[in-house]
Amino acid sequence: MALVMPNAVLSIANLRVSFPRMEAVRGVSLALNRGEVHCVVGESGCGKSISALSVMNLLPRGAVRSADHIRFHEHDLLGMSERQMARLRGDKIAMIFQEPMTSLNPAYTVGSQMAEVFERHRRTTRRQALDRAAELLARVGITAPGMRLAQYPHQLSGGLRQRMMIAMALMCDPELLIADEPTTALDVTVQAQILRLLHKLQQEMGLALLLITHDFGIVARMAQRVSVMYAGEVVESGPVEQIFKAPTHPYTRGLLDCIPVPGVTKAGEPLGSIPGVVPRIAPGFLGCGFRDRCTLATAECAETMRLRDAGADHFYRCRLPPNWKQGTAP
Amino acid sequence: MKAAHDTYAPSKRWRLPTFGHFATLLGAVIVATAFLVAVFAPYLTPHDPFAQDLNLRLIPPIWMEGSQATHLLGTDQIGRDYLSRLIYGTRISVLIGVLTVVTSGIIGITLGILGGFYGGRIDAVVMFVITCRLSIPLILVALTVVALVGSSLTVVILTLGLLLWERFAVVARTTTMQVRNLDYIAAAQAAGASRAHILLREVLPNIANHLVVVATLEMALAILLEAALSFLGLGVPQPLPSWGLMIAEAKEYMFFSPWVIVAPGVALFILVLGINLLGDGLRDMLRADLRQWRS
Amino acid sequence: MTHAIEVRNVYREFQQRSSLGRARGAVCAVDGVTFSVAAGDVLAVVGESGCGKSTLARLIMGLLPPSSGEILVDGRSLVCVDRRERARLIQPVFQDPFSSLNPRQRVRDIVGLPLASQGDLPKARQSDRVMEMLARVGISTEMAERLPGQLSGGQRQRVAIARALVLHPRIVVCDEPTSALDVSVQAQIINLLAELRRELGLTYLFISHNLAVVEHIATEVAVMYLGRIVEHAPTQDLFRQPMHPYTQALFASVLTPDPALGVPDVALGDAYPDPTNIPSGCRFHPRCPKAFSECPATEPDNIRKDGRLVECLLAVDNQTRADRGDGSVAHFQLDR
Repeated sequence: MALVMPNAVLSIANLRVSFPRMEAVRGVSLALNRGEVHCVVGESGCGKSISALSVMNLLPRGAVRSADHIRFHEHDLLGMSERQMARLRGDKIAMIFQEPMTSLNPAYTVGSQMAEVFERHRRTTRRQALDRAAELLARVGITAPGMRLAQYPHQLSGGLRQRMMIAMALMCDPELLIADEPTTALDVTVQAQILRLLHKLQQEMGLALLLITHDFGIVARMAQRVSVMYAGEVVESGPVEQIFKAPTHPYTRGLLDCIPVPGVTKAGEPLGSIPGVVPRIAPGFLGCGFRDRCTLATAECAETMRLRDAGADHFYRCRLPPNWKQGTAP
Repeated sequence: MKAAHDTYAPSKRWRLPTFGHFATLLGAVIVATAFLVAVFAPYLTPHDPFAQDLNLRLIPPIWMEGSQATHLLGTDQIGRDYLSRLIYGTRISVLIGVLTVVTSGIIGITLGILGGFYGGRIDAVVMFVITCRLSIPLILVALTVVALVGSSLTVVILTLGLLLWERFAVVARTTTMQVRNLDYIAAAQAAGASRAHILLREVLPNIANHLVVVATLEMALAILLEAALSFLGLGVPQPLPSWGLMIAEAKEYMFFSPWVIVAPGVALFILVLGINLLGDGLRDMLRADLRQWRS
Repeated sequence: MTHAIEVRNVYREFQQRSSLGRARGAVCAVDGVTFSVAAGDVLAVVGESGCGKSTLARLIMGLLPPSSGEILVDGRSLVCVDRRERARLIQPVFQDPFSSLNPRQRVRDIVGLPLASQGDLPKARQSDRVMEMLARVGISTEMAERLPGQLSGGQRQRVAIARALVLHPRIVVCDEPTSALDVSVQAQIINLLAELRRELGLTYLFISHNLAVVEHIATEVAVMYLGRIVEHAPTQDLFRQPMHPYTQALFASVLTPDPALGVPDVALGDAYPDPTNIPSGCRFHPRCPKAFSECPATEPDNIRKDGRLVECLLAVDNQTRADRGDGSVAHFQLDR
């Protein structure tokens, strides 16, 4: 399969995560190169966050992870002990979450939390670590970093906190940054500012960025590659231009129709919508998870669906041929 | 914007039984048994608990030498059947526990909900009353009141009920403050619902599970306090078979007839333990319930 | 003609107290707001968190009294209207259907509450109307017996809409009704709201921060910043030509799904709007890319022209210039 790239920073093959009564991730494969932004997009409950957490081995209790491989460069993350993982986390692989308040300790200052990461991984003195923290705060556009270092998380606004989380993630020069809905809790103007910052830093540092989001706007503006997830599967993946120009999976098409676009969608006309609700995938479920909501579903859809090639490095998981609805992309 | 959820999560989550499960179940069984025993006491007792027989004083329980088959737990110092007294003692403990919790619950929950919901001056008054109550030395006041008014079952229940409401008030107040800001309260106001409806139908059911936990704690405390008061001779008057009173009466005979003090002591311990285990279990279940609403 | 909603110079302050209960000064969440909505229109109020839009919604619903100013709903002041009549006039739909439905009540009772509170309808009739309304929003009879916890987010929001409409009010205040929902569900709910409005002739006050949704559903848009309406215009005009620099920044930060465009530069400063510490002069000036020397000192007036309102010193300039005939308002139009 073309998804296996020899020089990938991160490569996941056939990842499955199951809980006692549901399958959250059902065979996800993706690969991420140096300097590449890969967006995983989907609605809540599609397994996108669980996929990200399983790379870090930070899954909630009760979850069972299996995969053909999860590789970071040549290291096999699947076989690593918790100790080895802890050494990678925050160092070579960093993560940013949706709500910075829940991943920061309210009892410690910004400075001591940032410095702690660096001290632990780099065995430096507190002084050096604080210098590094101030340098990074300046780099993420926080004015007066010296003052900010002495503040507590609750004294910062949402936008500042998320900048701080980014600075903290970058403390040890990571090669892979996983950002799980990093701007969802923010106001639109702040979101644009944070995304711009993330984009700039990613370019400058040659980061591989795995960006988890539900917002196709963010996908379009940030990603080079996109994986659309539904019901625990990647239903479509490819270069961002391809996905938006020629969405092939009925779910991707339906979802793009749902989004009002100023100046394009006609006011007063109904938006496209997908009937029904996201299903829960019970263990032993076979076939396309979208078939109950799909107008084009046939009996064939209840069987295991393989990935099809639409050309131009574009894959999708559907029985339909790639040109089934030529030229009607939204 | 918050993360959206459109999957329906089933509300029951079954896990393997753990120690916590076992303990809760044990607590529930103990409490249920105690209630049943209390209700059906007249049908369970082999003898009249008040009937004295000075010929049969301090007969040891069935497993000791010199016992009599008709008195399973022996008799006390004036020849009353000990098992029968213990069973009637359950009745008194449960009655004290329930009625105290009802009295204190009504006072505390009313104050707490009003303070928490309306805030401002009303809340300031409620907080002041709570603070005053916390400054009262519980045991001393209970002792004084009972000593002044004279001891009877009603006096004990009222005294404890009027003193033990502060935990209800504090918990009701804080939980009401959380619920008050939720949108369904605003929606009910916008729907034109009356204040009574909002407080009783929208707020109360949503804080009730917290209050049930408080109720178990208070019930255990009330039962222990009654035993202590009765032990001091200021609680339930003789000849009512209160466990505390039984312990007090037994203390002179404990060296030669230890069972007279052990039996009511163990009964008291088991009942209070059962209530506390049940309370702990309910609290854990409540936490799981909360986690689910958040998710 | 009476307006559906008329808001005249409304202020709402909140006292801030320190932990010791001493007053620490007031926060002005709504700071001199004036607007009106004609019957059948949809006014969208957009702005960021803390701009006072949710306070405004509560003021209009009569759940909060204004500190000063007057609010007329359907020509009547809600302060003097009793709760039953108010409920028949105006109803809310809230953002988060996970907190706007009482988790301990069945769907049937939740939707029936406005009818039950009226107190003059027989039980059987109430039940009929509840079922009718639930069917209208796409909730099956079987689901009426469930608790909210057993419904999905979209279904819950449908229940909330049914509750709002069961009394047939004329005005509905929608406070971010779709922002807690998934994209596919969001579209269903927007379509439902648009349909219901057409059928029942409703007037919406639609609070949102999602400009794409606003453009789709609103007839007029008011942009709020730190308690004031800084721009108010018919939707088409506003989207064609946003005049206030803040509106322009909001528009620039809309991420349309177009991979040819990169991440936009909204050109705003990092100063975060803080309602407890409102800047002098024009309250937007610390973040404004077009601020000049006068902005921190002079509070801009409302400029009304061609049915639009804008509150910016640049607009004054442009208008005087336009009046003199040497320039146009389009001077600082956004390149789109």
